[in-house]
Amino acid sequence: MTVTREATKTFGLTEKQLVEMQYKMLLARAVSVRQRMLQRMGRGPMTFSGEGHEAVQVGTASALRPGTDWVFAYYRDVAVALTVGMTPRDILRGFFARRDDVSSGGRNMPSHFSHRDLRIVSGSAPICTQVPHAVGAALAAKLRRLDEISVAYFGDGATSTGDWHESMNFAGVHKLPVVFVCEHNNYAISVPWRKQAAIENVAIRAAGYGFPGVTINGNDVLEVYGTMTEAVKRARAGEGPTLIEAKTYRLMPHSSDDDDRRYRTREEVEHWGAKDPLVAYARQLREIGVLDEKSEKDLNDRVNAEVDEATDEVEQEPTPDPASALRHVFVEREGA
Amino acid sequence: MVTVKDISGAAGLNRDQLLELYYKMLLARTVGQRERMLNRMGKGPFAVTGEGHEALQVGTAYALKPKHDWVVPYYRDIGVALTIGQTPLDLLLAHLSRESDISSGGRNMPSHFSDPALRIVSGSAPVATHLPHAAGIALASKLRRVDEVSAVYMGEGGTSTGDCHEAMNFAGVHKLPVIFIIENNQYAISVHWRKQAAVENVSVRAEGYGFPGVTVDGNDVIAVYAAMKEAVDRARKGEGATLIEGKTYRLVPHTSDDDDRRYRAREEVEEWTKKDPLVRYRIWLKEHDVAEERKLDELHERAAREVDEATDQAEKAPTPKPESALGHVFVED
Amino acid sequence: MAEKTMVEAVRDAMFEEMKRDERIILMGEDVGQGGVFRASEGFVAEFGEDRCMDTPLAESCIVGAAIGASLNGIIPIAELQFADFSHPAFDQIVSEAARLHYRSDGTWSCPITIRTPYGSGIHGGPYHSQSIEAFYAHVPGLKVICVASPYDAKGLLKSAIRDPNPVIFLEHKKAYRAFRQEVPDEDYTIPIGEAEVKSEGSDITLITYGMMTHHSIKAAETLEQEDGTSVEVIDLRTVSPWDKERVLESVKKTGKALIVYEDNITGGFGAEVAATIAQDAFDFLDGPVTRVASPDVPISPYSSILEEYILPNPEKIAEAIRKLAAY
Repeated sequence: MTVTREATKTFGLTEKQLVEMQYKMLLARAVSVRQRMLQRMGRGPMTFSGEGHEAVQVGTASALRPGTDWVFAYYRDVAVALTVGMTPRDILRGFFARRDDVSSGGRNMPSHFSHRDLRIVSGSAPICTQVPHAVGAALAAKLRRLDEISVAYFGDGATSTGDWHESMNFAGVHKLPVVFVCEHNNYAISVPWRKQAAIENVAIRAAGYGFPGVTINGNDVLEVYGTMTEAVKRARAGEGPTLIEAKTYRLMPHSSDDDDRRYRTREEVEHWGAKDPLVAYARQLREIGVLDEKSEKDLNDRVNAEVDEATDEVEQEPTPDPASALRHVFVEREGA
Repeated sequence: MVTVKDISGAAGLNRDQLLELYYKMLLARTVGQRERMLNRMGKGPFAVTGEGHEALQVGTAYALKPKHDWVVPYYRDIGVALTIGQTPLDLLLAHLSRESDISSGGRNMPSHFSDPALRIVSGSAPVATHLPHAAGIALASKLRRVDEVSAVYMGEGGTSTGDCHEAMNFAGVHKLPVIFIIENNQYAISVHWRKQAAVENVSVRAEGYGFPGVTVDGNDVIAVYAAMKEAVDRARKGEGATLIEGKTYRLVPHTSDDDDRRYRAREEVEEWTKKDPLVRYRIWLKEHDVAEERKLDELHERAAREVDEATDQAEKAPTPKPESALGHVFVED
Repeated sequence: MAEKTMVEAVRDAMFEEMKRDERIILMGEDVGQGGVFRASEGFVAEFGEDRCMDTPLAESCIVGAAIGASLNGIIPIAELQFADFSHPAFDQIVSEAARLHYRSDGTWSCPITIRTPYGSGIHGGPYHSQSIEAFYAHVPGLKVICVASPYDAKGLLKSAIRDPNPVIFLEHKKAYRAFRQEVPDEDYTIPIGEAEVKSEGSDITLITYGMMTHHSIKAAETLEQEDGTSVEVIDLRTVSPWDKERVLESVKKTGKALIVYEDNITGGFGAEVAATIAQDAFDFLDGPVTRVASPDVPISPYSSILEEYILPNPEKIAEAIRKLAAY
């Protein structure tokens, strides 16, 4: 999709907002890259890269109201977390398992984002278990007659699970204010989509649950944003759920424990590398004069400085008190 | 693709076969009624039967090859069991939990059909857990390169489960020779279809798994048979799975522990009773000169006799030895 | 005060709580028509379909959606129709409900109650008879309650609903209508984690829960009458966290411990009680810590002949008491 000034008007985005989206994508990329470097240097045990997914994540999350709408992310969603309002420090504290890690105090794996005030709900590792939670939060919003929506993020592999099906069906029956976002990168670790399902686009399944599904180019941040805005509008108007299937690609292996050369050719990775959403969007912004060489460089410098500073600080921060491992098994107060 | 099958003609069935369909439906009805009666008399503590479902069960099962194809039924499938080759005695021995009950020696509830010789696979009560089993059986058939087909049966409530989705997706990806038959009687115990799913016909979901789905009038035994035959042929040719949704109605409560007056109006039940598949088919047989009144009455009498004899035999059969409760936890060799 | 059956007590507890706090909802299969055991009889008329909600047939999502709703100001009671059908929700219960508070370092919590009928002895066969408390008592972050008496049911269910943690509330289905008991009309709660001495004694401590409490009381009466043996029957009521102090106090008094549970013996919850007594009351023991439970066979076969062979009953319990008393 070509970006024109008219298109941006259609989405109601100011220049500042357009640049902000690029900034978030760059920041997410930088945070992902930094974690990979640190992990390779032995300074942290594990990381899940979100590189390649930035447009899907920033485009969708930009259409939400942080602290009002409910976000149920999965472990690749670093750009979602940063867009909704988490900071590089927040993310890196999770990576380094620091005491003041807002997600979990060092208890959950890195990239299991959680932030109470931002309504980013703590997730786990089993695939798709967060999607019924998203449905439940939407159910509560509906029952309580609140103007809140839920977003559930997941990969293509998740669409094969029972939890996915049960959630989609439940949301359809009760016409809930929830948006299902599938970050379709064609691989569930090493299993390609053709071994995951016998259809091309998972979005066609939405009809079987009584609501619309749409397949889009997940590497075009404005197309993503536009689609998400529609879905959010529907949900808020009481028209029920939407399934957005955003086609994208994971430029890095699944995690730091994965060797993707075992199941993907370098040609394929390079092919998608050439469609890098960050590069594409920067080009679009330059074309309409929102960015130029200097402002682009400034943006990159700002991002790098931010991530450097965050890394340096957080790495020095204290680790958890060992005895804290025993706390918070139960809520230690009266009443719900 | 959703199509409504409306067969004129007899789907390639000859007179004997058409009458056999009728007989099996009669037998299923009679066995169901007998089990509920035995339960009311206090002889069998529990009854779950399928009155109303006979056309769908018999029509589909009739298109299979007994002892060759695999059948994975659920607890309402008396008609399926009898069509594949079980007898009223088999079912009543299970109903009365006798020692010689082939399904489980009195361990499983009645109507939890199982018969290894007939390739009817033992099931449980949790809904839809048997769908992945059917997919797995079909996978084995495919890997072993044999032309067996698997047929798995379920109510429409089961389509909301994770197991249903995972099994269908798996069958689609691997293009397995399995047929999913949904007996949509509109109620999952008391929960109406509109609270179960936000679509009219569940068969539309088949497209999402990459195979065809079809909705048929489940009370038209010939239409059902024709749809099933097509699905079986597909599967045998290696073309993969099919979903058949048969619309029908349960003329009785869910089980002997259910009081359906709490959730269904008598008017609705009466309306569907008028569409009783047995009555409908009987009229069709007469209209198409397949059989006269007298012949059909004979079949009724025969079914009644068969079930009476089976009841007597089953009631006289010995109960399990108490210590047999400890056997078969593991394969003992 | 009125005489109630246990299912009526359960119903009253939910009804009163739902009237007291509009955040509370009940969700599950067939709850709209009153539930297959009538535990939600009349709820739709009183609270509407939004608060007494029929769900699709999908246990994992019932629990998962309950978790989600509990994050957003609702207090859900999730009803699973039978404990035997809870297994698809195991992941949501163990990976999610139990761990959410811990993994988020105390920032998120999950005030849900999962209630389900459990237990054997009603010709339920292998899929309407299972005991599941051992699975969940093993998981930190969950509370597990087993009731078989109307008074206990009402007081504990209210506590469960009010507890900000996820609670697995198991209602023994054989006890649903088996007998009546005086239950106060007014609001009362029983603390979670508190056992009750159902009958006092001095020779043997018998620790139990669920329907086995009733069987144990009968067995204790027999032994008192026939042998003059005095048995103290303790009903744990809460399986996790269980009332160690009460139990140890009694064992230190009697010197002999018998643990009775309906579940399969190996790894059943009574094994945990036995290990604790053996370790913490060793010096006070005058006999082996003994268990009466079902053998390791799937619970339970449908035929009553087979089912009775498997399950503990007053006679089997009495025999075990006798043997231990003679030691």
